[in-house]
Amino acid sequence: MSTAVTTEEEVHEHHHKETFITKYIFSQDHKMIAKQYLITGLFMGIIGIAMSLLFRVQLAWPEQSFKIFEVFLGKWAPEGVMDPNVYLALVTIHGTIMVFFVLTAGLSGTFSNLLIPLQIGARDMASGLLNMIAYWLFFLSSVLMIASLFVEAGPAAAGWTIYPPLSALPQAQPGSGLGMTLWLVSMAIFVASSLLGSLNYIVTVINLRTKGMSFSRLPLTIWAFFITAIIGVVSFPVLLSAALLLIMDRSFGTSFFLSDIFIQGEVLHYQGGSPVLYEHLFWFLGHPEVYIVLLPALGITSEVIATNARKPIFGYRAMVASILAIAFLSTIVWGHHMFISGMKPFLGSVFTFTTLLIAIPSAVKAFNYITTLWKGNLQLNPAMLFSIALVSTFISGGLTGIILGDSTLDINVHDTYFVVAHFHLVMGISALYGLFAGVYHWFPKMFKRMMNKNLGYIHFWITAVGAYGVFFPMHFIGMAGLPRRYYTNTAFPYFDDIADINIVISIFAFIAGAAQIIFLYNFIHSIYYGKETTQNPWKSTTLEWTAPIEHMHGNWDGEIPHVYRWAYDYSKPGKKYDYVPQTVPLEKGEEELQH
Amino acid sequence: MTILLIFTILILISISMWQISKMFELSQTNVNTTEIADDKDNDYQGKLMFAFLVFIYLLTLFSFYQWGDVLLPKAASDHGDLYDSLMWSTFAVIFFVQTITQALLHYFAYKYRGEKSKKAFFLADNDRLEAIWTIIPMIVLAGLILFGLYTWTDIMTVEENEDAMIVELYAQQYNWKARYAGNDGVLGDANVRFLNDFDGKNLVGIDATDPNGLDDVVVQELHLPVGREIIFKMRSQDVLHSAYMPHFRAQMNCVPGMITEFAFTPIMTTEQMRQTPEMIAKVKKINKIRAKNSKDLVSKGEEPLEPYIFDYILLCNKICGASHYNMQMKIIVETEDKFKKWMSNQQTFAQFIQ
Repeated sequence: MSTAVTTEEEVHEHHHKETFITKYIFSQDHKMIAKQYLITGLFMGIIGIAMSLLFRVQLAWPEQSFKIFEVFLGKWAPEGVMDPNVYLALVTIHGTIMVFFVLTAGLSGTFSNLLIPLQIGARDMASGLLNMIAYWLFFLSSVLMIASLFVEAGPAAAGWTIYPPLSALPQAQPGSGLGMTLWLVSMAIFVASSLLGSLNYIVTVINLRTKGMSFSRLPLTIWAFFITAIIGVVSFPVLLSAALLLIMDRSFGTSFFLSDIFIQGEVLHYQGGSPVLYEHLFWFLGHPEVYIVLLPALGITSEVIATNARKPIFGYRAMVASILAIAFLSTIVWGHHMFISGMKPFLGSVFTFTTLLIAIPSAVKAFNYITTLWKGNLQLNPAMLFSIALVSTFISGGLTGIILGDSTLDINVHDTYFVVAHFHLVMGISALYGLFAGVYHWFPKMFKRMMNKNLGYIHFWITAVGAYGVFFPMHFIGMAGLPRRYYTNTAFPYFDDIADINIVISIFAFIAGAAQIIFLYNFIHSIYYGKETTQNPWKSTTLEWTAPIEHMHGNWDGEIPHVYRWAYDYSKPGKKYDYVPQTVPLEKGEEELQH
Repeated sequence: MTILLIFTILILISISMWQISKMFELSQTNVNTTEIADDKDNDYQGKLMFAFLVFIYLLTLFSFYQWGDVLLPKAASDHGDLYDSLMWSTFAVIFFVQTITQALLHYFAYKYRGEKSKKAFFLADNDRLEAIWTIIPMIVLAGLILFGLYTWTDIMTVEENEDAMIVELYAQQYNWKARYAGNDGVLGDANVRFLNDFDGKNLVGIDATDPNGLDDVVVQELHLPVGREIIFKMRSQDVLHSAYMPHFRAQMNCVPGMITEFAFTPIMTTEQMRQTPEMIAKVKKINKIRAKNSKDLVSKGEEPLEPYIFDYILLCNKICGASHYNMQMKIIVETEDKFKKWMSNQQTFAQFIQ
């Protein structure tokens, strides 16, 4: 390890002078790459959220004419009335962007890059070059995804899961033409980016920990990023294979997923394939993806809650064990998305069993967070509020998972708005809260300035009320039996009485959406005009706060600090201050917990 | 004009944001204030956290009070009772856990809000506590899993028997058809290859060389006799669809290239369901809404909406293209006599193609 560090230092000395391009664009420094991920992720987030607001207008006031549709959708909204194909395209791209571009790359990419080297005491990632390539592949895939919005026939519109044959046949819907090709290519590049990133994170955590930083002393953030990267490496290639096979079916006439199809008066030549095979391949990534999104958010929450509660995280070992358990289980539960796909009912039983098991480590995590708050000295910074709210939505959303994970109950709520409400709370909103918590907490580390706390509070409260206002009533629509991905429910008079719920949801959505403008303003304003930070503003124990405020290649001047204790010595009895950084050696006779 | 308006609003919002932040900066007369929460912030935010708990509870109560009546009525199928009892017992567990954990979380956030003079209680671990909240969920989940697997096996085990009636549900962009087996009780072979036979009159692609198919009956409205087990065989000719019959707690995907199955026994006729007090109330509410909407339509010179009468519905519940939202079929559950009478008026495949 030490040799690797010295060679890298030599390299840095050779490249003393940095040009604008090597510093800000093709940077190999993990801190700069983290900022690039964050800003690209936020930009994609603006697009993703704006799309959801557009289709919320349509859902609340179906088939009415709105000038705003004409402005943003142009000829896809003739006379201001949204076209049904465009509605499907909006929900598809909203899902894709939020899940992959914002909550995978934006969240995990940002904080894995920023925190892994800084919290384990490394000069940089194991391979700066691969790290840079990973970011630029992500950027390229973002550009392609955005470009697909400008295709004549519209972007992909088969739902973010792009089940064939709908996604495979341009005859089936306009979005399955060039738009779908761009979607597939964009995702293939995204997978490549994600794999390069993940391999780098894994190698870095295993090899470049500083002296004394044993695995049992790793902060929970690092545990979360590390395990997330492993899940990514295991499952993302399967999505790539699904995408490649789908490309073959679309362009080269193979029949992996297609069989016996008659469309627009024509019998197609496909024989012997099965769409269910695609579903298996997709969800083999698709379900772990939920945890790829969620675990980093939980890792950030662990760190923020412990720091701001001024207490050790309760049950460190149990927290690590539950991350491992969740990661393991996440790879053997994909079938719960397919209970009624035509899969053998016996498989449904198996997947019900494994799925409901996930509730156990999840419950342990939730209870441990709550116990960490108990008798704490809570510093209610914006990051802390978002973390507490994350636990709240994680519980509310997670509990309904017990219904959806149960094959029997899934029969009648499958693909209804109940599912939409469930996964938005448990992974969408929770992971977004994790992202916000991380940004508020590590903003000083990234930009050397603090974000305005009062704007942070306003942002938090409007978002928190808005999020519950949107997704709590949505459960009722689902329990009423309304399927998701319906352009309007006016075709069924039976659902006329849920029209006012849709209006309430949309109004909450607009309010919560508007609150994000406050965040963006605060974010951009604080980069330039925020209060300057001190070195360790939150009085945290972890290594990143021992690095100088001013960013430098290699993170620390001189030697990398050594680590002597775990990351959670907050309010330890007999200590002068309520935190003991990891770099402080154990006193004589002092016991280190957790060993 | 609208663009201009939007931009003006955006600009105004940004200006007011800027003003607010300036205001905060100016109001912070103490030079030492930072962007880190102080005692005043903790006090204020802690109390808001408690208020948020009240908000969550009120939202829950309000939703049930206001929208409790949109939920699906009592199940109209044999297995539906079992389904509903599993659903409500799971809900009981969920509500209990939700109420307790949200209370603890937000109450702790309020109770232990920070003060400079206080110090947190150092507590890193407690094996017994952790064992408790590992084992209790395990026991509760074991119960739910067993109950769930029992009902799942019960619902999904489809055994063909003499009394059961076989019905094929046939999906295509964007409508449903149903095929009955006719007098012989056997569905004829079918494949999409045959769809273009007989000038497109072969609506679901029946193989005309298979004698079993000649007496099959293809219809656009699903009629079911009450009290008899129906075994559905699902097919799709183009993309994935899903046959969703929420009132019967029934759903199964329709997959091109394969035949999927689902079976249930309807126990309430359409007429009986219309007469239940909850359905009468629901229909009344819907018609009130429709009357109001009609008034708006008439004032715009359009046709008013027709009053609503309840019918069971079959919906498509797997995204299938532009008119996915309108891919539906009416289901009529009636007495065996009425069903037979209706069936005798339908044309068989052999009659239809001539």
